[in-house]
Amino acid sequence: MFMAGGCRIPTFPGSDVPVPHFQPTDLDQLEAAIADAGADRRRLELLGNGTKRGLGKPVEADALLDLSRLHGVTLYEPEELVLTAGAGTPLHEIEALLAQRGQMLAFEPMDLGPLYGAPPRQATIGGVVACNLAGPRRPKAGAARDWFLGFTAVSGRGERFKAGSRVMKNVTGYDLPKLLAGSHGTLAALAEVTLRVHPAPDETLTLALAGLDVDRAGQAMAVALGCAHEVSGAAYLPAQLTQLSAVERLAGASATLFRLEGISASVAYRAQALEDLLREMQVPVVRLEADVSARLWREVRDLEFLQSERDAVIWRLAVPPALGAQVAQRIQRQLSSARFYLDWGGGLVWVATPTAPDAHAAAMRRAVHETGGHATLMRAPDDLRRLVSVFQPEAAPLAALSERVRAGFDPLGILNSGRMG
Amino acid sequence: MQMPEPDRAVLARRREIAADLRRLLPPDAVIEAEEARRVYESDGLTAYRGLPMLVTLPRTTAEVSAILGYCHRHGIKIVPRGAGTSLSGGALPLEDGILVGMARFNRILEIDLDNRAVVAQPGVTNLAITEAVKGAGFYYAPDPSSQIACSIGGNVAENSGGVHCLKYGLTTNNLLGLEMVLIDGQVIRLGGKHLDSGGYDLLGIVTGSEGLLGIVTEVTVRILRRPETARALLVGFPSNISAGNCVGQVIASGIIPAGMEMMDRPAIRAAEDFVQAGYPLEAEALLIVELDGPEPEVAALIGKVAAIAESCGATSITASRDEAERLRFWAGRKAAFPAVGRISPDYYCMDGTIPRRELPRMLEEMARLSEKYGLRVANVFHAGDGNLHPLILYDANAPGELERAEAFGADILRLCVAVGGVLTGEHGVGVEKRDLMGVMFDERDLAQQQRLKCAFDAGGLMNPGKMFPTLHRCAELGRLHVHGGRLPHPDLPRF
Ligand SMILES: Cc1cc2nc3c(=O)[nH]c(=O)nc-3n(C[C@H](O)[C@H](O)[C@H](O)COP(=O)(O)OP(=O)(O)OC[C@H]3O[C@@H](n4cnc5c(N)ncnc54)[C@H](O)[C@@H]3O)c2cc1C
Repeated sequence: MFMAGGCRIPTFPGSDVPVPHFQPTDLDQLEAAIADAGADRRRLELLGNGTKRGLGKPVEADALLDLSRLHGVTLYEPEELVLTAGAGTPLHEIEALLAQRGQMLAFEPMDLGPLYGAPPRQATIGGVVACNLAGPRRPKAGAARDWFLGFTAVSGRGERFKAGSRVMKNVTGYDLPKLLAGSHGTLAALAEVTLRVHPAPDETLTLALAGLDVDRAGQAMAVALGCAHEVSGAAYLPAQLTQLSAVERLAGASATLFRLEGISASVAYRAQALEDLLREMQVPVVRLEADVSARLWREVRDLEFLQSERDAVIWRLAVPPALGAQVAQRIQRQLSSARFYLDWGGGLVWVATPTAPDAHAAAMRRAVHETGGHATLMRAPDDLRRLVSVFQPEAAPLAALSERVRAGFDPLGILNSGRMG
Repeated sequence: MQMPEPDRAVLARRREIAADLRRLLPPDAVIEAEEARRVYESDGLTAYRGLPMLVTLPRTTAEVSAILGYCHRHGIKIVPRGAGTSLSGGALPLEDGILVGMARFNRILEIDLDNRAVVAQPGVTNLAITEAVKGAGFYYAPDPSSQIACSIGGNVAENSGGVHCLKYGLTTNNLLGLEMVLIDGQVIRLGGKHLDSGGYDLLGIVTGSEGLLGIVTEVTVRILRRPETARALLVGFPSNISAGNCVGQVIASGIIPAGMEMMDRPAIRAAEDFVQAGYPLEAEALLIVELDGPEPEVAALIGKVAAIAESCGATSITASRDEAERLRFWAGRKAAFPAVGRISPDYYCMDGTIPRRELPRMLEEMARLSEKYGLRVANVFHAGDGNLHPLILYDANAPGELERAEAFGADILRLCVAVGGVLTGEHGVGVEKRDLMGVMFDERDLAQQQRLKCAFDAGGLMNPGKMFPTLHRCAELGRLHVHGGRLPHPDLPRF
């Protein structure tokens, strides 16, 4: 039976009234659950472990569809760099399995759980893919979309279908994995996903430049990412944030961070070369070794600096990397309460502010407008997310096209209704 | 190959349509004379030919929009064309369709080194992008062997690869943004110079959509800094099995080479005869393994790969000592297609992908099929990512040989799917593999893909007859079926 397992009490956010809750354990049950819901016009909220319910607009639903029982790695072939797992498989289980064979998910998915008040390390692989997550390695290694090879899913029509494959080079038919990645559960419920995996680096080292202002940090990142030294992370933390880091050595000044990964001879060589290159910045450079470096990039990846009460509203601005510093400054001039940092060499600006009537949507969208970039409201109280566009509004022809695409998968609008709307 | 039945009513109006288009476009953008249209009768898959009803050569997005808007209003089919190097018949004209040639979109619009991006019109060749940024030390990573000729718009439409995509990805992983015109003439922009926009990833969907969703009129790609060094290893093996084994072990050891190519004995011989690259002629299989990056890394990894190769029973191992030698190693591989062209009047290039470890079984089966069909086959293989290019040798003038070659090819592709692989790794479905789609996908999988097509092009006017074996009407695809008045799986517990 589709009984609620474990100790979670199924409710909708902000309410403690239990709602119908379905927990399919295989594809047949998943297909039946969605087909039934369609027949009854019952709207479903899709959950893995529910760590990212705060992402997107609050869903309008009559029942919960819990995918956490679609669980387990069904194929892992390290030599072929491929892994298949049930969508409900916890990410940390997959990462542990890969680590045993010296491999990893190259896109370094962030753990958003704590940002939305859930415990860490609860995310499922299906949720990671559905939200197209990525971490600091994004500019070099891509996002979930770039490593997502194939899937089996059930559409909002209540029909199972598959797309993609288990091989990394495939152009047979439309690249539906790209579409499902980042669709936030509004097109189909993923049952099983196949990902390409990657060897983990032997060694990691981070260079931290102390005390640059944001403009010069932007320049330093452009230099580092434009050279041949394969920087796999480039971020800027203002002084305000370095003091929140567990890496105490960084406190007291801003930090511009460059991560280098690879075999040890290569990392040592590139670290020296990059240090020489960045000497013209005329600031002290600190070297952070493996463990400390890993700790720091986890903080950067998971927004650990922006988890306090005063960071009620969090925006994610995706901009051309060379413009990140400028966009951040512009926002700070307008909103003195805003705190920010840069990742992706400037291409990703995280901004946190106390709550505000429009969640500062107008200011954020103005700030990205001229750059051609996009602003997404990553965290805000439910009522605010109902009010403002969480995702960047699309031009009319594109919005109409996106809506037609959605309707082709879920004509009745029963899957995560309203989440992306 | 069955193409959609030409629309006689449209054909009858050809002159009128040409006149209308001349009013919408500059006079030299509409081509009506038969000998001028002939130029476009086939793409790289020369076995298929057809004369387009009309050819248009627009120069601007507004002109493309005018053409598509007109065709949309009048129910006229469109076939987009870049440089015409497709190996799957993607740009094969339709007798009752307007071919939209994108060759005049030939300008690089912006080189933005700060953001490591190039904005180009779709008719610019793949190589021209690299050439434009070479002086500054950058390059565009995807490098199909056809890169001197193929257009970046065609690369987007086919999601093209190259010998370096194991490490650097396919077109889709190197693309930042697009402008495209929809069939009703509306213009949309997807992505930009930033990453991961939010909203549905239509950029990812349009990439590899084979001209079925709209016409791409501007492309933004990311460029990378040239690695400090690149060196290649040339390794001979006594068997395909030992070579295949070596590939798996290199990857399992944690090394992702920039390129890892394999050739079998017939391909080695053809290439060596053609370009004298210094290939070991006694070898049954040859691997070219390229490593790039900083000097000390490349030096260390060359040693490591050589040691692995040795332990796999390599009979010869040579590391390139300088750039000239590295290029010589590649010369044979890069000329493999024309080299095979010299030893046979015609050849038919296949493009399946398999899980790598299935290689020995695949090659064995291919040898068996080669005997069965009485046709020779040479293999070049993007070994790192499992993408096979069997080249079937035949003579189009010998009665029945083309059909035999096609049947042989279809068997190879069925086998690829049977061992867990796919029909096409980088050349696209086009008309060539259209009727094999059912081998890999069931009715429902295909129906869902076609619903996506319907969202872009409900009238089915963009490049029809390609990719999908049967064309369903969008209204029919949109209908929700309650199965015989009952729901599926009545035996399962309900809400
Ligand atoms: C000798 C040779 C070697 C090759 N090597 C490789 C290789 O290594 N890797 C690889 O991946 N491919 C290879 N190819 C295949 C081919 O070069 C690629 O598929 C290439 O991307 C096609 O580009 P094109 O400009 O020639 O496109 P065309 O052949 O003109 O068109 C290809 C498809 O794209 C569509 N199209 C073209 N332009 C647009 C546009 N602007 N908007 C929308 N749709 C459009 C067409 O309708 C058609 O469906 C090779 C081909 C040859 C002949």
